[in-house]
This record gives sequence, structure tokens and C-alpha cells, in this order.
Amino acid sequence: MNEGKKDLSDWITTINREIIYTIIGLAVIIPILLGIKEKVQISPAVKSAYESIESLNSTDVILISIDYDPASMPELQPMLKAILRHAFGKEIKVIMMVFWPLGLPIGTEGLEEVAGEFGKVYGEDYINLGYRPGDRAVMIDMGREIRNFFRTDVNDVLLDTYPMMRDIHNYNDIALIVGLEAGRWGEYWIQYVGSRYKQRIILGVTGVMAAETYPYLHSGQIEGLIGGLKGAAEYETLIGRPGFGLTGMAAQSWAHIAIIVFIIIGNIGYFMTRRKERRFRIEGRKE
Amino acid sequence: MSISTSIWVWIAALLTLMIYSFLYKENPFYRLAEHIFMGLSIGYSVVILWYNYILPRIYEPLFFPPHQWSLIFPILIGMMTFGIFSEKYNWLIKYPLAVYVAGYAGVQIPLQLQTMILRQAEASFLTPDKFTSLFSSFNALLIFAGLVTTLIYFYFSAKREHGLGGASQVGIIFIMIAFGAAFGYTVMARISLLIGRMQFLLQDWLGIM
Repeated sequence: MNEGKKDLSDWITTINREIIYTIIGLAVIIPILLGIKEKVQISPAVKSAYESIESLNSTDVILISIDYDPASMPELQPMLKAILRHAFGKEIKVIMMVFWPLGLPIGTEGLEEVAGEFGKVYGEDYINLGYRPGDRAVMIDMGREIRNFFRTDVNDVLLDTYPMMRDIHNYNDIALIVGLEAGRWGEYWIQYVGSRYKQRIILGVTGVMAAETYPYLHSGQIEGLIGGLKGAAEYETLIGRPGFGLTGMAAQSWAHIAIIVFIIIGNIGYFMTRRKERRFRIEGRKE
Repeated sequence: MSISTSIWVWIAALLTLMIYSFLYKENPFYRLAEHIFMGLSIGYSVVILWYNYILPRIYEPLFFPPHQWSLIFPILIGMMTFGIFSEKYNWLIKYPLAVYVAGYAGVQIPLQLQTMILRQAEASFLTPDKFTSLFSSFNALLIFAGLVTTLIYFYFSAKREHGLGGASQVGIIFIMIAFGAAFGYTVMARISLLIGRMQFLLQDWLGIM
């Protein structure tokens, strides 16, 4: 046995984590710097989310729920902007509400940015209800009257002051709910609003949650599902407005390739080490 | 290349770098950034809760006409939760917990049963409308097989013999594929966060792009 001599398996299984971080970092930075664009395939889940909004007309109102905070912003903010661009492009009115306190500033920023692009007027074309705690209680009570929890908007102005809100009282007046989710609130929307009030729902979720949300799509409890940054990129492709989602996809692919290579290298190292240990055991028995 | 002149962008960029310095090793810059983040987010949440919950839902209805005196009962029950901080009165927490568990179970169980079990089981039934094309037929059979074999894997009341053993082995394969899909999505989510920060540093801060 050559105890002091390092072979390939030792080298593979002791790669410094700093090297791995650096390679992953470069895999992300280089495509961004080079501005590499990548086409994405449209999945049926995102296509049906797109078609749900596409089926609406200018008299319809959608409710967008911001159920995320800055930690999930890179995945969900591009979805918010893409959906808003789609909705405002079709003259659909938008109500935004927030269940995560730290989601309020980022949701407001996204709404105001896209509304500005389309020249939309606050109170006539869109409204920001702001944050309310109480998630499930709020969801249930909004089925009776939105004003039970949202007497005023984010600016503390009475809802009835705004022309857009005069005829909107509960889910009967809302064509579609769009939940942008980084937690369990998507399930709450399905359980407390979809199931109880038969409300149409589409969800945009973080990548972590996407796999577990698919059964709700398959069972028809939601009409569409946008999963992670790739979902956002698909939606941007569908509306023909490239944004952060699409520009990030090349970096995403490069980083995935790097991770796949590391997984393969790690497995090779694991099997080499196992074979080496077995050989040592056999040699030990012979001695 | 035009580096940002906004002080806020600089603060955000430096805090990002301080957090990423943890990748090398734990250091005082990382800890400072972490504490700033914790303090800010808790402080922000407290203020938001105060103005959106305590004031409009508790203080104003109680102390301004028309007084909603009925609110006193849930408030008292809720305040019993603070009994946990006292050795003498920590038994008080049983009451709010009892109310919460009973209420939550009453509301949640039928809804979960409906949305997570009945509707999803219904969606896996092999009804004629699932067999409209070759692809949809294959999907329907795959989902049905996945559901049945996975359930068999979690059926522990009989020996894994004959067909049951084989079916549970197939169930493991479906479970592993589900774990793999979830892990793949998780990797994508984490890389997305890194991409978001890198775009901020390169575009908003350094103005390279």
C-alpha cells in the first residue's frame, strides 16, 4: 500500500470546495457577460397558464397575489412582470395583494414599472391593495367582500374612491387568480378559494416547489403552472418580451452542465475509492 | 462600463459580497451582513404587522366607536400564549393551542381531503377521456401505475412476496424519479438566485452589461 501517494480517486474526492464554487460562478458569469441567448421549449403547463390569461378580455379583472420575498425574487419577479405585460397588453385590469410583508416593496416595484410601460392609470386600470396578515382568513373572507380585509389600498385610501373597484366585491367579480408562490400559500389558494369558491387559479412557483405543485395541475385544480426561472423564460417567450428569465437561461444551462459534470466526477471518484478499498481488503487478507 | 452612483446600489452590492465571502470561510463581514439582514427584516415585519394588524384589527375596533367588545375574547385567548414565558403560568398556553388545533383541524381536514386526496385520486382514474391519443393514453397509464405501485410500497401490512414485492420495487423507481425531479428543480432554483445576484452585480452595480 502506498499510503503517502495520492492517486486519481484521492484527488477527485478531495477537490477543494472553493474550486467548485469558482467554476459554478464562472459558469454563471461568462454567459451573462457574453450576452448568450438561449431558446426555450414551451411546456404545456406554462402554455396553459398563458392561455388562461389570453382567454380573458378587457372587462375582466385578475388578482395577483405576491406570496414571496426578496429571497425568491430572481425566480418570481420575472414571472410577475411577464404576466403583468401580458395582462396590460390585453387591457385586463389588475388587482395586486401581498401576503408576505417583505413582498410588498418588490411587488409594488414590479407593478409600477410595468404599469408605467403601458401608460396605465392607478385606480382605473390597476390597484395595489397592499399587505394583509391572516392569509387563510383573508382568502375566505374575500369570497364575501374584499373590503372586509381591504377597506383601503396600499396608500390608505378607501377602495370605493377608485372607479375600478366600485363594482368589485368578491371572487365573483374576479376572472382569475394568479398566485406567485414561494411557500404554502399556493395550496391555500387552491384549498380555500379554488375548492370553496370554484375560482380559476394559475400559479407561478419557485423551482423548489414546482414538482410538488404538478399534481394540482394534473387534477385540474389549477389551470396553469409556471415553474422557476425556466417557466418565467417560457412565459416571456410566449408574450414575445424577453426579460430577466430569458437572459438568465444560458447561465442556468451552463451552471447545470457544470453541476452534472461534478456529479459524474463525484460518482467516478466514489466508485474508484470503493474499488480501491476492496482491493486493499483482499490484499490485506492475502498478507 | 458605468459604475452605479447610487449609494443604495453600492450598499446592496457590498452586502452581497459580504454574504458571498462565506463561501471562502466564516468571517466578520459575513456575520455583520447576516445580522443586518436579520435585524432589518424583523424590524420591517414588526412595523408592517403593527400598522396592518394590531392597529386596524385590534386597537381601533376596541377603542373607537362602534366598539367591537366581542374581540376581547379572542384577544384574551391569544394573550394566553405569552404564558409560555412564565414558569408559573405556562399552563395557560394549552387554551390557545386547543382553540387553534381544533379550529385548524376543523377547517383544514375536509379541504385537504378534497384537494390533496379525492381530486388527485379522481385525476388518476382511467376514464375514457384519458385515451384520446397515444401520448395521453401512455401518460394516463404511467400515472395510474405510478400511483398504485407507490401506494403498494407504503403498504406494510403484508409480506413483500410474489407480485407485491415486485410492485413495491417498481414503486421505489417512481419515488426515486419524483425525488430526482424535485432535486433538479431545487438546483435550478438555487442557481436562479445566484444568477439574480450576478446580474445585479454586473448590470446594476458595475454597469458592465
